[in-house]
Amino acid sequence: MNGPVSRQGRIAPTHLVLVTAAAIVIAPVAWTVAAGFRTQISLLMGEFLFSPVWFNFAEVLFSKTSDFLLNYRNSLIVGIASTALCLAVATLAAWSLHRMRWPGWIVHVFLAWTLIFHMIPPVALASAWYAMARPVGLDNTFIGLILAHTTLNLPMALWLMSVFVRDVPRELEEAARMDGATTPILLRHVVLPIIAPGLAATAVLTFVFSWNEFAVALTLSMKQTATVPVAIAKFAQDFEIQYTQMAASAALSILPALLLLLVAQRYIVKGLTQGAVK
Amino acid sequence: MSTASVATLAGDRTGGRKAGAAFGDDRLWRWLTFSPALALMLLLSVLPLANLFVSSFQDITWAGGDSTRSFVGLSHYRALGSDALFRAGLVNTFIFAFCAVAGQMVLGLGLALLCSKVTRGRVLYRAIFILPILIPGIVIGAIWKLMLNYDFGLINQGLALLGVMQHDWLGSAETALLSVIVVDIWHWTPFCFLLFLAGIESLPQDIFEAAKVDGAKPWQEFRYITLPLMIPTIVVTFAFRLVLAFKVFDEVYLLTSGGPGTATEVVSFTLYQRFFTEDRIGYGSAMSVAVIFLVSLLLVIALSARRGLGRT
Repeated sequence: MNGPVSRQGRIAPTHLVLVTAAAIVIAPVAWTVAAGFRTQISLLMGEFLFSPVWFNFAEVLFSKTSDFLLNYRNSLIVGIASTALCLAVATLAAWSLHRMRWPGWIVHVFLAWTLIFHMIPPVALASAWYAMARPVGLDNTFIGLILAHTTLNLPMALWLMSVFVRDVPRELEEAARMDGATTPILLRHVVLPIIAPGLAATAVLTFVFSWNEFAVALTLSMKQTATVPVAIAKFAQDFEIQYTQMAASAALSILPALLLLLVAQRYIVKGLTQGAVK
Repeated sequence: MSTASVATLAGDRTGGRKAGAAFGDDRLWRWLTFSPALALMLLLSVLPLANLFVSSFQDITWAGGDSTRSFVGLSHYRALGSDALFRAGLVNTFIFAFCAVAGQMVLGLGLALLCSKVTRGRVLYRAIFILPILIPGIVIGAIWKLMLNYDFGLINQGLALLGVMQHDWLGSAETALLSVIVVDIWHWTPFCFLLFLAGIESLPQDIFEAAKVDGAKPWQEFRYITLPLMIPTIVVTFAFRLVLAFKVFDEVYLLTSGGPGTATEVVSFTLYQRFFTEDRIGYGSAMSVAVIFLVSLLLVIALSARRGLGRT
């Protein structure tokens, strides 16, 4: 069983299964992207070969009745702002909880609460947040949605940053203290450089999860602040579904994810495997 | 590892121990660094949930930005017991979560085992398998609404080629929930795969070499070495994906909206309708509290399962 021939004989079926699995993952996405380049008739007729058209993308992006560019901008604003805020808050808290000698019970209660909070269906929170946001005029504003996404992603960011913060050698921090470093200097010049890769991993995931979030965005936004998932959900509710335009906007909506997959795959893997119980 | 964060929550005790010398600005900075997170959590998680709890004993009507509340005691909770939709939602959510997560576990572990055996192409496979994790749930719903379409969906087209009758996957009560389960398996198997692959890659290699020297067959290697070593990762991943599968909303919202009938009614969707379609805020709050209680219960079971395993 150890000869090179039998070894090859085992590897080939392995690749066959893996290639099949990869095809099952890619096919629905590829087929949907392709549907974005079809005419509605070509799709409905089920033609296998078709001549690609730009019509759907043009319609989704530039037609007067479509807000997709606005939705895209909104998603970017909310995603970037909530990621920045979430990272700052989570990193400081992770460092504080693990390095500032808080009483054990505070650390435990706080982390346990973040875990429970993470498990609560966002729909239940959405209504409670809406009830809070409306009286103070934060419904249908970016601030409301940014705060909501920051809170939703805080548990995951906090756990991830806890893992990375604890990798910082204690001796290094103590040595810096001995040399008279104040807390801001310590954080800026000792801790930050070491946790930078972890910060990048957390940032990528936080952004993606904010970009993908639907339930809260649906309830806290209106026409002017609607994000991409809210816009795509609208397609499915039209009386006569514009399938090809839905496909085109779906294709456009996964562009950031594809881009991140190309340039930051390492960080995505690191983030997902090091503590995201998403 | 997926277990890392859980370990942080359940097992970490370094927070208050191993103190160095005290520094002058410590007390101030201790609060400055922690208070943003604390404030955010108190203001946007504890407060709204407390609000939800209070509302669950009230009838609430909104009129022009103002709400009128009247105390109704436990009547919302009593009504929950006879709410057929809520019961259907719970049953469906349990079936959905259990089947979907079981499928993800088996497929994810199988693929991870296979992938750990190959050296060429492992990075490429992993890159491809990550894709569904990064796609918005609502877009996954859109993709599969197209794929499962009766007239032109790729699934029915493929079946037609094989000479099988077309089927209305999302429109018929027998296959709607199954379809949603399959979509969820497609969505989250890659995530389980990724965690399991990381777990397998971190296993000590010398055991496998020793087994090879002793002439262990691949099946024996899996049965007696890989599986026992992976059990804690598997159980924890299973428990936590199960709890998180309870949150399912986006895909159901887009694919079936709970239908046909109550075939795919899941708790999140029932909640959404009570709150935002029917405007029954008090009753919806009571339902939320019940769901949160259930989820917490599951979480406690999951955590104690982990602790039990941690000892052995």
